[in-house]
Amino acid sequence: MMLAYSAVSFPLSTWRSAVFLVAIIGFVLALKGLSSPRHARPGNLLGAAAALLAVGMTFSAGTVNHSARNLGLAFGAMALGTAVAVPAARLVKMTAMPQMVAIFNGVGGGAAALISVTELLHIHSTGVSPATYVVVEALLGVLIGCVSFAGSAISFAKLQELMATRPIVYPAQQPINALVGAGIVALFVTAVVTGSVDYAFGVLGLSLILGAVFTLPIGGADVPVLISLLNAFTGLAVAASGFTLGNPLLIVAGTLVGASGTLLTRLMSKAMGRSLPNILFSAFGAVVTATGTAEGLEGKSVKSSTPEDVGVLLAYARKVAIIPGYGLAVAQAQHVVKELADELASRGVDVFYAIHPVAGRMPGHMNVLLAEANVPYDELKEMDEANPEMPTTDVALVVGANDTVNPAAVDTPGSPIYGMPIIHADQAEHIVFLKRSMRPGFAGIDNALLFDDKTVMLFGDAKDTLQKLVAAVKAA
Amino acid sequence: MTGIVWYLTIFVLAAFVGYEVISKVPSILHTPLMSGSNAIHGIVLVGALFIMGEATGTAQLVLGFVTVFLATLNIVGGFVVTDRMLEMFRAKPERPAAPARPAAAQEREDGSS
Repeated sequence: MMLAYSAVSFPLSTWRSAVFLVAIIGFVLALKGLSSPRHARPGNLLGAAAALLAVGMTFSAGTVNHSARNLGLAFGAMALGTAVAVPAARLVKMTAMPQMVAIFNGVGGGAAALISVTELLHIHSTGVSPATYVVVEALLGVLIGCVSFAGSAISFAKLQELMATRPIVYPAQQPINALVGAGIVALFVTAVVTGSVDYAFGVLGLSLILGAVFTLPIGGADVPVLISLLNAFTGLAVAASGFTLGNPLLIVAGTLVGASGTLLTRLMSKAMGRSLPNILFSAFGAVVTATGTAEGLEGKSVKSSTPEDVGVLLAYARKVAIIPGYGLAVAQAQHVVKELADELASRGVDVFYAIHPVAGRMPGHMNVLLAEANVPYDELKEMDEANPEMPTTDVALVVGANDTVNPAAVDTPGSPIYGMPIIHADQAEHIVFLKRSMRPGFAGIDNALLFDDKTVMLFGDAKDTLQKLVAAVKAA
Repeated sequence: MTGIVWYLTIFVLAAFVGYEVISKVPSILHTPLMSGSNAIHGIVLVGALFIMGEATGTAQLVLGFVTVFLATLNIVGGFVVTDRMLEMFRAKPERPAAPARPAAAQEREDGSS
């Protein structure tokens, strides 16, 4: 009884902090769970439960629940947000997942920026001049949050193909961007020194511009890396809001995401064989580089084949590697490709999927798409696991992929993708490309493998062609 | 000033935890992980609710409302979209095939395209 009494006598704010601590533990365990296929889903649900608990407990705060009007507005905004977010998240096509993540990330950054702005206004209205670090924290929240918001919006537009996916370049791009950056620094310092809120709005405006101009020169293929980076940015913006509000929950949750997002971004750039600065600042693929075509590919011709011939080739192969790329996702062909794999497996062909880390538009994107088609994840071989199998593979079936099997990454030092790890489709005995056209991939460079003597092409929509292949294999 | 040092301590420790806890992620889970961590920073909603509660005057009320709305989109959409990705990750099916579901999914896509 004594114990219970003394526990109850803690002020409510202490209980709230304790519940926030429980939520923090929940978030750490959620991230841990997301690191293994078996525990990923429970991990995510645990994260959601922790978030729900923390949000519920927030309403116990006197500053939150003192005014019925404000409370009503809060519930109204939450109801509206839920009404928009749930259908959007449930109905989005799996291929559109990256832009969905981009947009949810962007609004989070926007919210963090608005918290910092409002808090600045609030401090200003009290008339007390705030400590320097308070202004710095708030301005950092504004800066990072706005960059994340604007950058995510542009990423969304690029992935949704509302605007050109190619890098957008203009004269003196880097100097102009640097000028915007310098302007932010100047306004930031002025705002800190003078303590005036007006400069904070300047920082807000220029940060939005910086987020946009920073994103424009990044090409479609690199946008996933960008989203990952912006995800880390939003985490840091949320942490900055946490500093401003004096809320450890926001600091820890935001920092967890900032740190894990940074690591993930590095893993992604590594998979592309490029450094992060190179991805962010080189306007990679803006122009089709001369080096890509310098091998006299113009004179060569490709061999086009028929689904019937390829069907026979596949049906009598011993080992087939399916190498899916974004084209498969665009054609919504993941179910048909599974059908083909099952048909081949039932004939005793050894079939596996060779997944490049950046196949699709985000790392692991292809795995998600294939999982949607009920392909068990143990049939998916990651690049390092798949490559040793390639020399003994009879047929490499490349479905809507291009850059991820381009041997230029290995043998053409001048090529923009030189150094990127690839799946060695070129080592298979036969290579079959399912492509819509001869157009180069996202990186905008030619692929000599298309012209190889071992290669045949099947032009057309991937889903269509795959259906014909299934029929051809059945008939063989 | 002790407050800020205390918060910086939490910040630094959380950075190490965030880095360590995901350092062994297989690449097949990178997309769900990005999405899941995106949902976690949706906890900015808690901050948004404090802002909303303290808002006075029309401008602050409008700002507060927008902030709570955006944060809700982040947290709700983030967790739901991640769950949707993860519900498709399953080990080898026990039964040889579940023909009903792929067929239904197929029709749905044909209808929409």
